[in-house]
Amino acid sequence: MTHLDFILPIIWYCIIGAGILMYVILDGFTQGVGILMPFAHNMHERNMMMSVILPTWDGNQTWLVFGTAALYGAFPAAFATLMPLVYLPIMTMVIAILFRGVAFEYRMKSTEKAHIWDRVIFISSFLVAFMQGNILGAFVEGFHHEELLKNYFAWHSPFSYLTGMGVVFGYALLGATRIILKLDGPLQYYMYKVAKICLILVSFFMVSVSLATPFVHPEVFNFWFDIKKIPALAILPITTGILFLWCWHELNSQNNDKLPYILSYLMFICGYIGLGLSTFPYLVPRTMDIWQAASPTSTLIFMTPGALIMLPCIMAYTYYAYKIFKGKVHDPISY
Amino acid sequence: MLDHVILSRIQFAFTITFHILFPAFSIGLASFIALMEGLWLKTKKMIYYDICRFFTKIFALTFGVGVVSGIVMEFQVGTNWSGLSHTAGDILGALFTYEVMSAFFIEAGFLGVMLFGWNKVSKRLHFTATCLVAVGVIISAFLILIANTWMQHPVGFIYENGNFTPDNWLLILSNPMLYPRFFHMVLSAYLATGCVICAISGYYLLIKKHDHFAKKVFKFGVIGMAILAPTQLIVGDLVGLDVHHYQPIKSAAIEGVWNTSKEVPYLIFAIPDQKAEKNYYEIGIPYAASLINTHTFDGELIGLKSVSKDDRPNVAMVFFSFRIMLYLGGLMILVSLLSAYLLYRDKLYDYPLLYKLWILIAPAGFVAMECGWFTAESGRQPWVVYEYLRTNLAASNVNRYQVMASFIVIFMVYVIIFGFFYFKYLFKTIKKGPKRFTDKEINYPFGYLQSNSEETKQ
Repeated sequence: MTHLDFILPIIWYCIIGAGILMYVILDGFTQGVGILMPFAHNMHERNMMMSVILPTWDGNQTWLVFGTAALYGAFPAAFATLMPLVYLPIMTMVIAILFRGVAFEYRMKSTEKAHIWDRVIFISSFLVAFMQGNILGAFVEGFHHEELLKNYFAWHSPFSYLTGMGVVFGYALLGATRIILKLDGPLQYYMYKVAKICLILVSFFMVSVSLATPFVHPEVFNFWFDIKKIPALAILPITTGILFLWCWHELNSQNNDKLPYILSYLMFICGYIGLGLSTFPYLVPRTMDIWQAASPTSTLIFMTPGALIMLPCIMAYTYYAYKIFKGKVHDPISY
Repeated sequence: MLDHVILSRIQFAFTITFHILFPAFSIGLASFIALMEGLWLKTKKMIYYDICRFFTKIFALTFGVGVVSGIVMEFQVGTNWSGLSHTAGDILGALFTYEVMSAFFIEAGFLGVMLFGWNKVSKRLHFTATCLVAVGVIISAFLILIANTWMQHPVGFIYENGNFTPDNWLLILSNPMLYPRFFHMVLSAYLATGCVICAISGYYLLIKKHDHFAKKVFKFGVIGMAILAPTQLIVGDLVGLDVHHYQPIKSAAIEGVWNTSKEVPYLIFAIPDQKAEKNYYEIGIPYAASLINTHTFDGELIGLKSVSKDDRPNVAMVFFSFRIMLYLGGLMILVSLLSAYLLYRDKLYDYPLLYKLWILIAPAGFVAMECGWFTAESGRQPWVVYEYLRTNLAASNVNRYQVMASFIVIFMVYVIIFGFFYFKYLFKTIKKGPKRFTDKEINYPFGYLQSNSEETKQ
């Protein structure tokens, strides 16, 4: 195995990881706001909530498209193995994404039917989040192929429903804190309360998932409870705990409208790293690692320059787009 | 009962048939807008600006639906066609990644400037953005055609243990079938767009509205069609030569040739019977098929019977879709040459019947393009990677009820939500007509479809 054979799959693992993280960061709050739609008291509040996400939503979900395409390009074996196994969650997610996009666009065009589109936004956002969590859970648990080829619902398990709900409340927390960041007045005040409830639920699910993860497979258990590594690995749960308490404090004191958002993101990233540590270097856990799944080095060499040129440009543009829409929203955006 | 393979095929065929309309229209519109904007910068006449702004609205709507309807396919490749992804992913995956990155790149970088930057950036920068979008969508098409051409005529790979490994990327990028097919596709996108552009301006001329605008657009449309439609015939001929050379069985299905023979007539019409292995009601032009496929009168065409029944495509499907494409192409050539002749005699605007004719053939370019793809894709069956991987081995082993359920939902979403609303807003935009700009107004970016609606509210 030459150096490139070893390093390129790691580089692409990181590129895909970064793509998915970008997706979670950007689309997470968008779906969160969608999930929180039923909590708005009236049309005006819903319009205000939509104004938080409308300017940037469509660029956000393209990161998912990128992550998937890159997975196909760099790790075709993993892509081909995983996709059919989670057929139903993937298809449900894709269709919900379609509905959500359509609902965003048409909500503004019909005033008298806007409440129907709002409901569509809620259901589709919820489904997208839940299915993503579901896929994540199934992924962490790993698949036992022989069983799965006979059972088309093997992705569903208590663990994957746990992660599903975890992601739903996680996104809701991001949405609520984003609204706190972008809005003023009673809705902001109300969202402080909503965020607190979400935070409690998120921490409940995060703790449950964290406790359950080591037990899905002995290998994961040995990784987390290795005596030599415990001091280093303990940093992660301790950091998450501190972030949780800090975020709780900020939501209580209501002094700073930016910190809850940033802190909940940091919590998310901690969870993301934790799941990454539990599964690395596998793409199909305990079955196929990144070197087994990777395209031949010639393919990865062919793909790498494109990614290295285009990704920084896209990130820079995303930053620029967000910069334009910086600051508080005071009036509902309408076209 | 339909099995998961045929259901997956139906699902993918439907998705891609629907999807391709929008990228093709985007390719044509982007180039047209770039051309008009260039003319605006050169001549400084506001009419070109008005044309740009009007067609940018349609472009925004089209591009948006194109992006969203394409998302599904990316997942289908994995969920429904994992066999293909497994064996050929090392080659196809990289090409798709490039395609997504380039599409993403255009979308992120230049589309925003093009759609919403009219008064925010300098004219020159805006024109650059428009040109980059126009080039970018063509690059996207090129990348997809590399992948598709590789599947039609695989080159530059090593086939080991049922797995395709890239051996020579340069060869994959310079596939002998690639360039004629690529130009054929880009031209068909231009022709399809040209038909619609002529139809929209013809409609305005017919109802005597937006006269100045309509005359200008109609003239450009007609000139473009008169140049491009005959060119397409030549490029199409090149593609035909390649198909005959590399995929003789597809040629045989196109021409309805059962027995290998020379001096083959071109069948204007026939009803091929797959089971009986012959055609009914043949009407042919002697020697013409040999002439078309080999450029000699006595050229030999390999017959369908030279391969076993399992290795033959659905002949009627290939035969008829090719003919629909060809005859619609002929119709476009006739109408555009007639219009060009009238333009030459300075009588272009004298015959309302001509406008009606253009409105009538508005979908011709798109139908021809779809039929061309049906010919190409069903003609290569039963292979998905020609002569290496059979379609039924490329499908995922998933439950057919899952495939059926997802197909039904995708069908409803596409037809009802995309199809219905796309046409609703397209017709609304056309009905509202172009705006005449005297002063410049500021648009604010919120999404693709908004750029279309915001002006309708003003």
